[in-house]
Amino acid sequence: MAKEIHANIPEGDLKDKWSNYKAHAKLVSPNNRKKLNIIVVGTGLAGASTAASLAEMGYKIKSFCFQDSPRRAHSVAAQGGVNAMKNYQNDGDSVYRMFYDTLKGGDFRSREANTYRLAECSASLIDQAVAQGVPFGREYSGYLRNRSFGGVQVSRTFYSRGQTGQQLLLGSYQALMRQKEQGNVQLFTRHEMLDLVLIDGKAKGIIARNLDTGEIERHGAHAVILATGGFGKIYYLSTLAMGCNASAIWRAHKKGALMANPSWTQVHPTSLPQSGPYQSKLTLMSESLRNDGRIWVPQSNNEQRSAVEIPEEERDYYLERKYPSFGNLAPRDIASRAAKEQIDAGKGVGALKNAVYLDFSHAIKEYGQELIAERYGNLFNMYQKITGIDAYKEPMKISPSAHFSMGGLWVDYDLMTTIPGLFAIGEANFSDHGANRLGANSLLQACVDGYYITPYTIQNYLADHIQVEKTDTNHPAFAEAEKQVQEQLNRFINQKGTKTAEEFHRELGEILYDKCGLSRSEEGLKSAISQIQNLREEYKKNLLVPGDAEDINSELEKAGRVNDYMELSELMCIDALNRNESCGAHFREEYQTEDGEAKRNDKEFAYSAAWEWNGEASSPVLNKEPLEFEYVQPTQRSYK
Amino acid sequence: MKIDLKVWRQKNQNTKGHLESYILDEVDAEMSFLEMLDMLNLKLAKRGERPVEFDHDCREGICGQCGVMINGIAHGPLKNTTTCQLHMRSFKDGDTIYVEPFKAKAFPVIRDLKVDRSAFDDIIAAGGYISVNTGQAPEANSILISHDEAESAFDSAACIGCGACVATCKNASAALFTSSKISQLAKLPQGKKESSKRTVNMVNRMEDLGFGHCTNTEACQVECPQDISVLNIAQMNYEYNKAKLKK
Repeated sequence: MAKEIHANIPEGDLKDKWSNYKAHAKLVSPNNRKKLNIIVVGTGLAGASTAASLAEMGYKIKSFCFQDSPRRAHSVAAQGGVNAMKNYQNDGDSVYRMFYDTLKGGDFRSREANTYRLAECSASLIDQAVAQGVPFGREYSGYLRNRSFGGVQVSRTFYSRGQTGQQLLLGSYQALMRQKEQGNVQLFTRHEMLDLVLIDGKAKGIIARNLDTGEIERHGAHAVILATGGFGKIYYLSTLAMGCNASAIWRAHKKGALMANPSWTQVHPTSLPQSGPYQSKLTLMSESLRNDGRIWVPQSNNEQRSAVEIPEEERDYYLERKYPSFGNLAPRDIASRAAKEQIDAGKGVGALKNAVYLDFSHAIKEYGQELIAERYGNLFNMYQKITGIDAYKEPMKISPSAHFSMGGLWVDYDLMTTIPGLFAIGEANFSDHGANRLGANSLLQACVDGYYITPYTIQNYLADHIQVEKTDTNHPAFAEAEKQVQEQLNRFINQKGTKTAEEFHRELGEILYDKCGLSRSEEGLKSAISQIQNLREEYKKNLLVPGDAEDINSELEKAGRVNDYMELSELMCIDALNRNESCGAHFREEYQTEDGEAKRNDKEFAYSAAWEWNGEASSPVLNKEPLEFEYVQPTQRSYK
Repeated sequence: MKIDLKVWRQKNQNTKGHLESYILDEVDAEMSFLEMLDMLNLKLAKRGERPVEFDHDCREGICGQCGVMINGIAHGPLKNTTTCQLHMRSFKDGDTIYVEPFKAKAFPVIRDLKVDRSAFDDIIAAGGYISVNTGQAPEANSILISHDEAESAFDSAACIGCGACVATCKNASAALFTSSKISQLAKLPQGKKESSKRTVNMVNRMEDLGFGHCTNTEACQVECPQDISVLNIAQMNYEYNKAKLKK
């Protein structure tokens, strides 16, 4: 059953592959580009940057987002920074080192060629952002400033205070709006993609719902790009925005696109802990705080004293103790697991004993409050607004939270899925981060995919389609997809059960946190699968959606997204159960080293698991893309 | 705690809205304001009524999508705070809270507390950018920008586009929003080239879209979640006059 999948990696030495690709890729001449239509779903950094770049080249773009403005996409919330290999600090950085850091950070579970390309293209992004007017942090001399991030020993992170994602996104959003003004981009805000339309096996359009009017629309194109972000919101409590969802990629998956490594979710070590049962999300505190903040727990269980009352010698700076060479800047998966270990051992702090301390008192003593405020002022303010606590005076309380999807739609070197003409970029694909993403590589990947990769690879695809007429949305494939979408919406409305989508979602999130979160076991995953199946059955019978489908209806929007989560969550558990090893963020209790670190099994699991929809959520087909390491020898990761 | 909510309900642009009363008994002080509205909506859904439509997304104060008038103040009583970052500890047991949409001619109500702020996108489209295509950029460190200039540009660039400035202004002026972009780009060497054209186009677009004039009441900065300075408006006026004089 399993199909052969080809990553289509270009010939040549690692450092020449992308140049070779660009030298030989097919092109579309400028006068032909305006005849070609491209749909881009999502307006985050990946979506906005690719839509703007392709429009600048002359293609006709339709850009979609569910938010009320493209500028609100969740890239906006990334705080700490964006990595790039400029070696401005003269501290030993190089493209190879950045590639190696990323590959190692991902626990040797990503494709060498893709990861190398990410590092190779990183420098141009900083040039582009500066030209757009992104106000990065500067030295007094006027030169760009850098900071350090987790999992590396150089300073290659560029930042705009604690709002780097916002500033980069505004850069690409403005470029997008410029193209809209010039008539090259049609913008569809408050629109949600509800299905992908295939004609003769190729991606030819989408079915979208206008969220303000309820109208179902057909949109045709020569190619479709999904830049719809990650699905960490599946855990219900997460650092993601309320609207983040998996529906676009999941519906593409059900139309034939393979889904790779869906269980690899990064749990971010520094988010704010849950404070009560009504909570709707967990707020992230940037990893950059770990540059100057020190993480600790009290040495004794059930500590009753407040943080400032606990003397130095009774504190356990466990990251510094366990990982002396990286200390508080250990990669995210390791830092999160170490926090969970302390909390599980009863050392947790806060009312619910679910947090650890992040302490700035040493940094404030050393550098002064003013410098700390300049570096992290907005984060300290945010912390105060949410918790009512002044972090200049006492340590922050932080806790791990679901954050980033390393998994996503399987794509080849061109970032094309297994459906011809369907591309997936940014967090929506699986490509660059392996089993764990390094901090500040997410903004980078979204930008590199959007500004620098798709403009070449989509041309390579479209070059064979210049004679193809505009897609006819009266084609039966559109009618059929529209009918399916309409029927599903009606089914949600007409069920008239007793539980809202949100209530189901909370239950699903608890199952996933418990059994497919920071640590997983065969027993836990098997029981999660049966719990999810039961919940999904209940969802089919007992869902309550007030209102109707012909109008604005937030509850109906949630119903569709949770419906997809009910299926994707089972695939995540199946994926985690299949992988009898630990790697990066995927920690199987059965497979660990003597000191409790992730233990890979390269002999059997050096592959990406690309799952194929088989008509039913419980029986996906496994396809394997072997990971061949030609240039790097995978080692046991060590940050000690 | 017990909260007496008076919430604006309006089916669409063409129907009249009204305030509806709801009592919530089990509000927790640690809840965010939007979680309190979630609680109301769950209650309404269970009773078979239409939940209150309101805008929100990131819930961490940066996407700019949330925003309602709370007791007549944009984003509520806390200074420099978005609605999503406001917590119920800012209220007390027994309080009555009035919740209404941002009201302005250029922000028509879509339903209940949701308004259409696409006019802001239109203002940016008129010139809120540096006209550089992907691939044209020179080496980043070839454009030197002093630390203070960069920080000052950032202060302007921090605007989240929520629309509180418009909602709170008696003239429903978008001067603070528009000026923050104009002045961010005018402060940077790479943005100076187009400054005149950008300023004139954005100001004209702002007027065409039905926003009112700025009469320097400075209410906008008071209720701005990012504390964007009204000095940006002064810079916009300066850039505008300069552009007009040049002609």
